[in-house]
Amino acid sequence: MQVDTIVLDSAERLFQDVADIQSVVSAKNTSWKEKLWSGIEENGLNIAAVPECLGGAEIGLQSALGILRIAGRMALSAPLAETILAGWMLGAAGLTAPTGKIAFGPARFGDGIFMKLDGTVSGRASHLPFASECSHAVLLVQGHQGLSVVLVPLADAQITSRQSLAYEPLDHVTFKDVQPVASAAAPAGFDKDTALLMGAAARSMQIAGAMEKILAITMDYATQRKAFERTISKFQAVQHGIAQLAGEVAVSLSAAESAAEALDSLLGAGRGFDDPELQLEVMSAKIRVSTAIRKGAAIAHQLHGAIGVTNEHILHRLTLRGLAWRDDYGNESQWSEKLGTLICGRGAEALWPLLSTR
Amino acid sequence: MTSTLEFQPLRLPERVQQLRLEVRAFIQSEIDAGVFNPDDPETDWEIHRQFARKVAARGWIGMTWPKQYGGQERSFLDRYVVNEEMLVHNAPNTVYFTADRQSGPTLIRYASERIKSEVLPKIIAGEACFCIGMSEPDSGSDLFAAKCKATRSEGGWRINGTKIWTTNAHQSNYMIGIFRTSAPTTENRRHGLTSFLVDMKAPGITCNLIDQMSGIRDFNEVVFDDVFLPDDQLIGEVDGAWKQATTELAYERSGPERFLETFAVLRNLVGLAGNSADQRLGEAIGRLVAELHSLRRMSVSVAGMLEAGREPTAEAAIVKDLGTIWEQDLPQRVRDAIAFLPADEAFDRFDEVLQFTTRIAPKLTIQGGTTEILRGVIARGLGLR
Repeated sequence: MQVDTIVLDSAERLFQDVADIQSVVSAKNTSWKEKLWSGIEENGLNIAAVPECLGGAEIGLQSALGILRIAGRMALSAPLAETILAGWMLGAAGLTAPTGKIAFGPARFGDGIFMKLDGTVSGRASHLPFASECSHAVLLVQGHQGLSVVLVPLADAQITSRQSLAYEPLDHVTFKDVQPVASAAAPAGFDKDTALLMGAAARSMQIAGAMEKILAITMDYATQRKAFERTISKFQAVQHGIAQLAGEVAVSLSAAESAAEALDSLLGAGRGFDDPELQLEVMSAKIRVSTAIRKGAAIAHQLHGAIGVTNEHILHRLTLRGLAWRDDYGNESQWSEKLGTLICGRGAEALWPLLSTR
Repeated sequence: MTSTLEFQPLRLPERVQQLRLEVRAFIQSEIDAGVFNPDDPETDWEIHRQFARKVAARGWIGMTWPKQYGGQERSFLDRYVVNEEMLVHNAPNTVYFTADRQSGPTLIRYASERIKSEVLPKIIAGEACFCIGMSEPDSGSDLFAAKCKATRSEGGWRINGTKIWTTNAHQSNYMIGIFRTSAPTTENRRHGLTSFLVDMKAPGITCNLIDQMSGIRDFNEVVFDDVFLPDDQLIGEVDGAWKQATTELAYERSGPERFLETFAVLRNLVGLAGNSADQRLGEAIGRLVAELHSLRRMSVSVAGMLEAGREPTAEAAIVKDLGTIWEQDLPQRVRDAIAFLPADEAFDRFDEVLQFTTRIAPKLTIQGGTTEILRGVIARGLGLR
């Protein structure tokens, strides 16, 4: 599928206009947040992955995930990824998405959320991103008849607020006999980890986007800053640091874009979430990108020196978010274990044929 | 300043993947016939020679080259998958590998018509092995400091001096080497180097083998004692070799050989783990596979850029930098992963593969452009130099 550059361009303009990273750092209050969200809805970014027949923009998963790379570049602090995926999952189950911010989960392995025979939902979603800012949550839950997609009002849930590494809401949410606004059986091809895998693809794009911007501002800084009577970018040690940072950025962009393309084309071709090719693509992206941001953030901070750790500088908005996003929707250790189990279960001789399918 | 790194998520076309299956079936039949063992790189040169002829017979050498010299003008992606399958199975491809990757393309671009029509068909037939004469004693990666001289002589040139670390020089039919034809200028340190095709059977050439710590014997010191080269073995412009060399480097740097050299140890690790991998071993395997997959997707993307006629110099250098560091680190990380396994028979068989890979690992970030050189290339690509 072709990437929808018109939507991506309008997303970039919107984010720059109302949530420019420097303006957000300097802002005296959070009024930019409302402007940002109304802009997101005016541009239909929240419903990017909702089918047209359900009132959505239906720009395709690859393009919808592409919006998140741009959001990552701006270190955007809003539940945009969550709302896009919530809309996508509702749409896949034939349900209509409400307006407003929607949380999406489960966002952690091991969360148990169940639907009882009476249709109510109980259980706990731990570390659910932005839950306290959202009116609803879309959850993939286990029921007696298999998996269901549910839209639940968060007003009926107990929320224990906490913050992520990047000072964003990452809340514990407990559901006790909550009546969903809407629910439907999960589409064929879904499995219990589908919400986590989709979240992983989204976070990979966000981290890759943040990495791009980290490289850009680090190059700007290194080519302007003077020390020991030279522009620091002329020192070989600094150049090698930036070259390594660029390598981590390159592999992140490549992996995240490859996973997005794979999701779009493989799901579009009717493959399910148990497809090894699809799993390899998305799991690899989250694993590799999470490793990259660790190294990339360390290099960028080292090259920026003390200014980079100040509150007024924009670097931390990118590095802390990038690092925090590693933990959402399965961290790199958990996905590695999943992928390792998949690979070992298929046997040594199946490894190369799988790696070389694309 | 903005970075412009972009890696399109290229999917290899169906017909290319079809070719992959043909190549894989051929390789499997060779393995089944006992021709070579994918876990133990073949050292018998005769097997390499016979294998090259078989690959040639299938039309898989020089497949992208012009038809007038025996090529098929197939896409670069076709070559990419053939190469990938050969590498991943440790196929005995030494005779044609260098010629197919870089010597042939260099000749096509810069050599005289006589050389092209004489030598290219021999490469395509699997009969011409090439080596690369770059490094010299005392100057290593600093190619601008090369001293091995070519001086004008009646009807050609005379070569005197020494090249070193020349892989497979002792088995090669030809070398493409760079030689000093005039002094560098103060404005241009790159000036004064000229590329020549050398017939390795010419009188005055001595190859001295250098043993490596891995047990491999393919490095040579090549001594030139007044070796005569006819005029038409000049490749490209006199004193202009450097410019020519850099245009070929993206092909050399971004290929699958930059992350698959130690693949056997990963495949064997999966075999050793079987279905009984614990959480620790499973995690280690998953992480390694994710990293390899990510490298490969980046390399495939660069292959697409090359196929589209672009010159992705920095992108290719990134693939080689990340790829060689990864394949170098792989045996060490595999060692960590198996730390708690019992030392049974399967473990000991595996350990032999691991030992060999650990011994070849240090070389991987040196050959074909060191890590330090590559990072300079990347920095230049980003506009920092």
